[in-house]
Amino acid sequence: MKTYYNPEDLKKFGTIAEFQKPLADKFFDYYGEVFKEGALTAREKSLIALAVAHAVQCPYCIDAYSVDTTEKGCTEAQVMEAIHVAAAIRGGATLVHGVQMMNKVKEISM
Amino acid sequence: MDLKTLHKKQDQLAGSEYQLKVLNDDEKTGKKLARFSEKLTAILLFPLKPLALDIFQVNMGKMCNQVCQHCHVDAGPDRKEIMTRDTMQTCVDLIGQHQFTTVDLTGGAPELNPNFRWFVEEIRKVNPSCKIIVRCNLTIIVANKKYNDLPVFYKTNGIEVVSSLPFYSASRTDKQRGDGVFEDSMKALSILNAVGYGIENSGLILNLVYNPAGAFLPPDQTALEKEYKTELKNKYGITFNNLFAITNMPVSRYLNYLLQTGNYASYMEKLISAFNPAAANNVMCRNTLSIGWDGYIYDCDFNQMLDLKVEAKDSQHINDFNNDSLKKRNIIVNQHCYGCTAGAGSSCGGEVVG
Repeated sequence: MKTYYNPEDLKKFGTIAEFQKPLADKFFDYYGEVFKEGALTAREKSLIALAVAHAVQCPYCIDAYSVDTTEKGCTEAQVMEAIHVAAAIRGGATLVHGVQMMNKVKEISM
Repeated sequence: MDLKTLHKKQDQLAGSEYQLKVLNDDEKTGKKLARFSEKLTAILLFPLKPLALDIFQVNMGKMCNQVCQHCHVDAGPDRKEIMTRDTMQTCVDLIGQHQFTTVDLTGGAPELNPNFRWFVEEIRKVNPSCKIIVRCNLTIIVANKKYNDLPVFYKTNGIEVVSSLPFYSASRTDKQRGDGVFEDSMKALSILNAVGYGIENSGLILNLVYNPAGAFLPPDQTALEKEYKTELKNKYGITFNNLFAITNMPVSRYLNYLLQTGNYASYMEKLISAFNPAAANNVMCRNTLSIGWDGYIYDCDFNQMLDLKVEAKDSQHINDFNNDSLKKRNIIVNQHCYGCTAGAGSSCGGEVVG
């Protein structure tokens, strides 16, 4: 069955360098650096990545960071709470625009 | 959770030949996977040779009070294979004669062997300075009154204790090791702490083992050790020395789990893509001999469960122990060996590259 998303493609991420190597190299170097232990632990970064993956709704990233957070010892409750953070921000982002909507409605109403 | 061993269920995977067939069957993975020997050849490590004979690991029998999902031994209460006192005496003689630096006792639950205590005391007599490790599953200490004094026995004989605790939460531990195992493990750890094990400056070493409860690889050992220490101390008042992060090997019950859950192909690919030449250089079989309950000699406990005896034909049993032949032998490798070379590597002592 043809599909836009193929799980096997995740393993081929590195092949984007075939069409444009210098930029891909820069990206993957940067990516590697970002996820190293730093002011945040590698585990904390993995949880952030998982939450962002849900916010941007990237199935490849969800696959990758579900495994990565589990490998890094995150519990089921922790990974789900991370997604709730993403959901809260997305929900909040929608609702906070309600103020803009209210402003406009009030502006044009008697 | 299934409480029967593959052996009891007469499952095909109880047989070593079938396991090896699966591990080398490209149809199971849907593509041809690189052979482990090819990977070693590419880094000039094939044939793999021993560097020393330091560690004498003895599998004292397959009987165990637990039936863990990932067990590569397929151990359980129904397994009757157990080392006899005569075989142990031969082991004692060899341990004295060759002065191994470490004697590593495993099983099953080694303490279920009725001659366990006698064996330890005899080893101490012939090799007073060697490190004796017992791979204690913790729950045995609280399983029956007659085992309650094991921590004192360990202490009296200067034994180092290494115990599995797949996670610092009950749910993940019990999923892998059985209902109630986490709670019993906490009780046993408290008793060990009370005797002095895992307490700073006591000289009594208590190391824990993490292994993934599923089809994924272990995390960085140092970071996880920090978390374990914080969680166990804060929630249960328990302390320990080091955490060893071990990769699950695609052998026996864990291989069965991978096949049953459809994770086999992706797990093998993951192990292969994480192949680390530095880990390959430091694999434990290069300084270890593994002795089976019946006295046969293997390169490691995993080869033992796959019935891959040492290549040295004149020294395949402890009755024919030939130090020179064993030092010169080629170590037998197969596809399961990828489990020891993934990422930071894996051994009975955890990661093999710092």
